[in-house]
Amino acid sequence: MKGITKSFYGIRANDEVNFEVRPGEIHTLLGENGAGKSTLMNILCGLYTPERGTIKINGEKCFFKSPKDAINAGIGMLHQHFMLVPVMTVWENVALGDKELPQVLPKNKVIEQIKELSDVYGLSVNPLAPVWQLSVGEQQRVAIVKLLYRRAKVLILDEPTAVLTPQEARHLFRVIKKMAEEGHGIVFISHKLDEVLEISDRITVLRKGRNVGTVAKEEASKEKLAEMMIGKRVAFAIDKPIQNPGKEVLNVKNIKVLGDRGRLKVNGISFSLRQREILGIAGVSGNGQEELAEALTGLRKPISGKVFVDGDDVTTGNPRDFMKRRVSYIPADRKGTGLIANMNLRENIALRKYWKSEYTRFGFFINWERIAGHTGKLVERFSVANPSLSYPVRLLSGGNMQKLMLARELSDNPRVIVAVQPTWGLDIGATHYVREVLVSQKEKGSGILLITDDLEEILALSDRIAVIHGGEIVGIVDNPDKVTEEELGLMMAGTKLEKYPVYDLKEDELE
Amino acid sequence: MPRLIIERRFKTPFILSIVFPLLSIVLALLTSSLLLLALNVSPLGALKGMINGALGSWYGISEVLVKAIPLVICGIAVALAFTMKVWNIGAEGQIYLGALASAAAVRYFPVENTFFMLSVMAVMAILAGAFWGGIAGYLKGRWNVNEIITTLMLNYVAIHLVDYFVYGPWRDPSSLGFPMTAPFPDFARLPTFGGTRVHAWIFLALIIVILYRVVIRWTRWGFEIRAIGENQRAALYAGIPYIKNVVLVMAVSGALSALAGMGEIAGLQGRLQHGFSPGYGYTAIIVAWLARLNPWGTVLVSIFMGIIMVGGETLQVIMRLPLASVQVIQGLILLFVLASEFFRNYKVRILSGDGR
Repeated sequence: MKGITKSFYGIRANDEVNFEVRPGEIHTLLGENGAGKSTLMNILCGLYTPERGTIKINGEKCFFKSPKDAINAGIGMLHQHFMLVPVMTVWENVALGDKELPQVLPKNKVIEQIKELSDVYGLSVNPLAPVWQLSVGEQQRVAIVKLLYRRAKVLILDEPTAVLTPQEARHLFRVIKKMAEEGHGIVFISHKLDEVLEISDRITVLRKGRNVGTVAKEEASKEKLAEMMIGKRVAFAIDKPIQNPGKEVLNVKNIKVLGDRGRLKVNGISFSLRQREILGIAGVSGNGQEELAEALTGLRKPISGKVFVDGDDVTTGNPRDFMKRRVSYIPADRKGTGLIANMNLRENIALRKYWKSEYTRFGFFINWERIAGHTGKLVERFSVANPSLSYPVRLLSGGNMQKLMLARELSDNPRVIVAVQPTWGLDIGATHYVREVLVSQKEKGSGILLITDDLEEILALSDRIAVIHGGEIVGIVDNPDKVTEEELGLMMAGTKLEKYPVYDLKEDELE
Repeated sequence: MPRLIIERRFKTPFILSIVFPLLSIVLALLTSSLLLLALNVSPLGALKGMINGALGSWYGISEVLVKAIPLVICGIAVALAFTMKVWNIGAEGQIYLGALASAAAVRYFPVENTFFMLSVMAVMAILAGAFWGGIAGYLKGRWNVNEIITTLMLNYVAIHLVDYFVYGPWRDPSSLGFPMTAPFPDFARLPTFGGTRVHAWIFLALIIVILYRVVIRWTRWGFEIRAIGENQRAALYAGIPYIKNVVLVMAVSGALSALAGMGEIAGLQGRLQHGFSPGYGYTAIIVAWLARLNPWGTVLVSIFMGIIMVGGETLQVIMRLPLASVQVIQGLILLFVLASEFFRNYKVRILSGDGR
């Protein structure tokens, strides 16, 4: 790919970007959110047309009118969401979209080919299993098999480890290396620097839509890559002051919570959270974390069990009951649950305040001047970069959105903070800021429940770690400095370890 | 090979949001002239006839206002529901039910005092409309029943309910078999102005427009509705009750449309009769949509619709055009204006073959 240029809304997402992959090479594309990685790859897959620039495959100039052309040219992309049909079986999914197959699908032939591919690359899948029964890791293998079945020569893997346990990720890395050995060109997209260094042959860094440079693995280091990504030196370490935890602020007793489809997602979880403590909940996403967080903020009612905040039973409370007890929530989907994208900064801050008497007139009208004043102060304190308070939130960067949400949720010095993936998708600078804010809030006395699948984050911040799998706590780590990633990974996959027992709270401790 | 590239607009320049609707009206008229030529009618003459009929005399202008009154009221009613992303397609039925309720008031509790009689009629209409809208709202809030279907179906129920009464028990014996009630007594009529058919609801319409603006912009309730409309999950997290609001919004929306229905019979027809609304409730959906839920936009679009309607009637009378052809012209204008919405949101660029 040479001189690729593409603009959206007059902003150059790709500006004269060059990128190449050789057969048998694992080439990582690295960059912060908004650096232009996705744009570049979407151009390669035929989803976007570049304004300028050329794509050559095996020296031949190509012009993709649609994703179909790109597939025919041997380019396959593993999306973060796998784009499989859940009700169909594995082999049906693989055969889906193959125009060369006759109308009556040759089932056995397809299954044979799947088995062959599985053997060669170590991708064990059961061709007859329906996709919805498979774990996320297995679904990912199906998606890869599908790409290989389509004879993809260049495979683009978009943050493939985000949904995996460390063990599954390691397995995936073996598959990737095998694919490279077999002569495929691999484009690996990630922002986790450790794994990038582990797997890549070469690394190309993008920043603000431009090439910063391409380095061979031998010349790269974590610090150097980070500096290339954001253009200045960055500190990685976060001070984790050890505090004496205080009074218990949140107590969860054997709660069971149903998911959206009525399936049991949280299956009897108990724990207690104290002031000045960060309790990390580690686990692969989709193991009940979202449902747990929603049950602790009033968005979802547990079907059994109890939730106490400061000793008050709030099990059946609505979100406002939790708010009144100063429980704050930093949801994973900023633009979904946290903020209203089309509303402006003032209105988003108002969401937590507009019904309080000091922000209304005659109990009926909203006192927008007062809300604006409050917003102004918060925006300054949390350094949310914004052109004006009437600016729609959707036009802010991810980092500024998250800062705005922190500003709103931390403004009344919360007792409990439920933070889910608080740094997901943020650039290094914003990530660091968010973590610092959480730690300083802990020092001010909040109890923080940190729910994330980012092990680095959980190890960096937590005072205790509980590992969740299949809606249950499989182990509690009292001393995060001593635990290894392997041990956490095993527990995330559901293995109980004797070293880390789940201690039950006795009835009388609750009183 | 040149290709068309379609991109979302980041921002629509203000000038374009005026140019596109005007341009689309011109295009619609050009297309209509083909039809008119086929009918051996001069297109220019027809256009002149339309404009003359609607705006060429005080009478024409007053008739435009007469049509605009129910459109503004119902336009605001559906805009309120649309703000919350609740698709109330039921304004038409709510108009009919409101009219039915106020006619019932005239029939069963006649009070020989204009003010009290009209008040009773209004209260009855409000209750009936609120109930009718509230049903769909409750079904939506409690069991997530699609409100588009329920409101649409309730339209048929309401319209046929009115038919039952005007063909049956309430039919005026002296109406020579026409499906209508006896004329209302004078104390059950809304005052009209200056010898025209413009009636008192013109003020009600203006009050509703202003109230809508105030509620949406400045009140807690307005903020809640907007929050739910923009992002239901975030609104839920902010502690905004969904069921209560969806019932309330549908009830208010229904009540407003019902008042418009009362205006039609107490201000205009002077009796309840079969088919008294020529689809105002449906046109109101287009009004709210084209006005982008903006209150003053609703007024402007309603007047525009009034011009099309009155102009069309003139064509029928003066140029002896069949009703169907007039409706084709009206339909074409709407179709082009609605289609131009696309260009407001997207821009089309032409790309030459080599990707440059």
